[in-house]
Parts: sequence; C-alpha cells; structure tokens
Amino acid sequence: MNKFEEELRVGNFVTSECLYCAKIVWPPSAYCNNCFKNVSWRKVSPNGKLIEWSKKNNDIFCIAEFENSIRVIGKLDSKNVIPKPGQLLKFTKCALNDKPRFFFILD
Amino acid sequence: MKKVAVVGYGNTKFTKEVIPIESLLLESTKKVFDTTRNLSQDLVDGVIVSTNDSSKYLAAILSELSGIKPKVSHTVEHLCSSGTNAVISGFSYIASGLVDTVLITGADSVGNPGQVLEWDKSRGEFNHPIFWASLFTKAHKRQHNTSEEELAIVSVKNHKQAMDNPNAYSHNPYTISEIMNSKNVTDDLRILDCSYPCSGSSSILLATEEFAKKFTAEPIWISGIGQKTNSASFTKNELPTLSSSIMAANDAYDMAKINSKEIDVAELHDAFSVCELMAVEDLNLTEKNTGATYIRNLFNTENRKINPRGGLIGAGHPLGATGISQMIEITQQLQNKAEKRQISNAKNGLVHNMSAAGTSSTVLILES
Repeated sequence: MNKFEEELRVGNFVTSECLYCAKIVWPPSAYCNNCFKNVSWRKVSPNGKLIEWSKKNNDIFCIAEFENSIRVIGKLDSKNVIPKPGQLLKFTKCALNDKPRFFFILD
Repeated sequence: MKKVAVVGYGNTKFTKEVIPIESLLLESTKKVFDTTRNLSQDLVDGVIVSTNDSSKYLAAILSELSGIKPKVSHTVEHLCSSGTNAVISGFSYIASGLVDTVLITGADSVGNPGQVLEWDKSRGEFNHPIFWASLFTKAHKRQHNTSEEELAIVSVKNHKQAMDNPNAYSHNPYTISEIMNSKNVTDDLRILDCSYPCSGSSSILLATEEFAKKFTAEPIWISGIGQKTNSASFTKNELPTLSSSIMAANDAYDMAKINSKEIDVAELHDAFSVCELMAVEDLNLTEKNTGATYIRNLFNTENRKINPRGGLIGAGHPLGATGISQMIEITQQLQNKAEKRQISNAKNGLVHNMSAAGTSSTVLILES
C-alpha cells in the first residue's frame, strides 16, 4: 500500500508534492513526474469546486477539483439543491475499504 | 519506410458465451488461413496477440496451436484499444524491414479484467465505466443541449446497422422509444446506450507490398497512424471532449496526407452513445456543435458511413478484438466486400479506438 492509500485508510485526503519543482504531483506518486526526485506529502485543502455531476438512485456523484489540479470523484451532499458546475464545495471525509471513497458537501 | 497492407482477415461471432481465450484466438486465426490465398505457416514472420486476458504467453501459445514459428511474438495490452495498438506494433515491424508479414489476433472473453481500471484511484468508488460515461453525457447535454432522443438515435442506428453484421452480438432492432425507456443505469445513462462486454476474436494479416501480391489482389493500405495518450486518469479529461482523439486524428490525417472530408467510412469507438457524438466532432467528421444533427441525418437517410458494422453498441465489445474487428470492417468496405453494409465507392476509411475513458486514442487511416 502506498502513502496515499495509507492516509486514505485513516481518513486523510493527501497529495504528493514536489518541493523542488514547487508543483503538486497528481495522481499521487512516490516521485515527481517532472524531476523524479522524492515527493513530500501533505493534506489537500478541503475547499474545492464542482466540475460535473450525475446521479445514481439517491446518490449524487461528481468530479470535484481542489487546488486547481487535484480531481477526484465522490459523493456530493447537495443540501437538496440542484448543483451547478463551478459551485464551491467542501471535502468532508474519505475512506478506503474495498474502494477509495470521497465525500463532499456544497458550500 | 515500407508500405504496409491488410491482406487477410477472420472474425468470430461475438457472443455472451464464456469461451476460453486460447479457443477464441485460434478460431479467428483459422479463418485467416481458410480465406487467404497462398498463406502457409512458414510465411508468417510475426504473431501479435491483443488482449486484456490475464493468461500468459498467449502469442506463443497461438503460434504453437497454429503451427507457426515466428521471429517476433508477444502480447499487447492497452485496455479497450489493445487491438489498434497491436496493429501499430505490427505495422512498425514491417515498415522498418524487420519482418515481411505479421498476424495480429485480438480476443477477449466475457468477464475479462480490462473493463475496470483499478489503478485510477481518482475515480473513487465510482470506478466502473458507466460513471465516466454518465459524466461525459451530462456535460454533453449541458454544453450542446443534447437531448435524450439524440443520444438514443446513436444506439438505434448502431443496433439497426448490426442487423446486417453476421458476427454482431446483437441482432435486435430497437425503436427510439425503446432505447429512451430502457433501464436507467444512472440519471444520465440508459442500459441500451452502453456497449456490452462479450466474447469474440478478430484477426488480420499485414504484409509488405511485395508479399501482399501473393495473398490478395485487393490489398488495403494503412496510410495514416495517430496514437496519443494524455494520461491514465479519467478526471484529467476536459468534459465533454476527447482531446487524445483530436490529437491522434490530426497526426493520422497528416501522415495519410488527407483531410477529414475525404473519409468515406469510419468505425468509431461508441463505447457509449455519447462517445459517438463526441468522436464525430473531435475527428472533424462534422463541425463543432453539429454532432447530434449529423448522426440524426445519417440515421434518417439510412447512410451507414459511421459504424457500418454496428459499432461497439451493436456488434459488442470484446476488448482486445474490437480494434481488429474495426480494421476488418473498413478493409471489407474498401474492398467493396461489405455486402449489405457496403458504402458505395469507398476509397478512404478511418478506425477510431479508445482506452480508459478517452485518456488514450488511436486513429488509423486505410486506403484502397
């Protein structure tokens, strides 16, 4: 299991980052995809925006973007309003059991 | 660089039946030997298998079962576009002068592991293709005002065209209403807007110009190749555009020295209805924001230019075989041998094959 999955399992949404290139390395990886130096790890800012969404049964699933580059698909609590791309949202929790799971709520 | 031609081919029927991968591979290969004049095992220099199956050493196994002792043999895996990527490998071996002939056999069985890319953790728990298809569809509706009916027409057209493809998995004609009222997989995707994983195998034989004459009087030339991989992560796509397809198509058109208006017939990667609407625009077969109107006009005029064999939706999608099956359809069209599916006077054809939610695309141009 890599660092990203280890942290996800205990509820932390983290990204890899290259301090030499000053860039986020996403998807998470052990090495920078520009200079191949070791990355460092930190928590992702919880403030993001909605890229697109759809719905299956009662669950809204969406692409959320954080820090202008980190995108993941997760479940969205829309607070009973119809979401619109570009709307602000917040990351609320994450988990890793059989699959990675991300949860967001509209701001 | 040597010219490379398609000089022989063979297909199995696509089916929901579970069939061992080795049997599938052998079945379409046998058809190449049964139908290609002067072909004997000692004339096959290379054997490439395209598949997502987890079985090992399949090119060597197929070679042994076929009595071939090739100079080059290996497997190519690239998810749904394994087939066309194997074609690029075979083309390259011949064009470089390393070998004169390559047999390329693609196959997969129902339940193969290529349908879900577990590596892509950014998909979260929504890692099945129906979720990326739903998000592409939602974005397409939003940006182009695409209606449910316009999406359904893609599926109706392709199921209808598959009726004349004897190897197609589906021989069910559907009405627009039946597609629109089929089960909702998500709010933006119906079950009949999806292609079906199935079992199947397709083979082609590639050869140099000198060897082509021995095998056929109607070689079909691979004149353009474009292959572009942007990422492996679906979420990096800018919805609803297939940017890897745009770049692959531009490279293929440049290499073939033709423009998109000169394409007479095309096999597009309609894994879901929305993919065909995106692809006709991204390959410049119609202008931006006219994809749905373009497909509706083809349907209304019974013009089979796009996906004459029924596409993935009508013919079925045995991943490793799909790209090869698309190649065979365009070859038959350019040889005027596509029977009821024939586009009149087709000179230039196009194959479009994608992987992992359009993160990677192949475009091949063929000419008679």
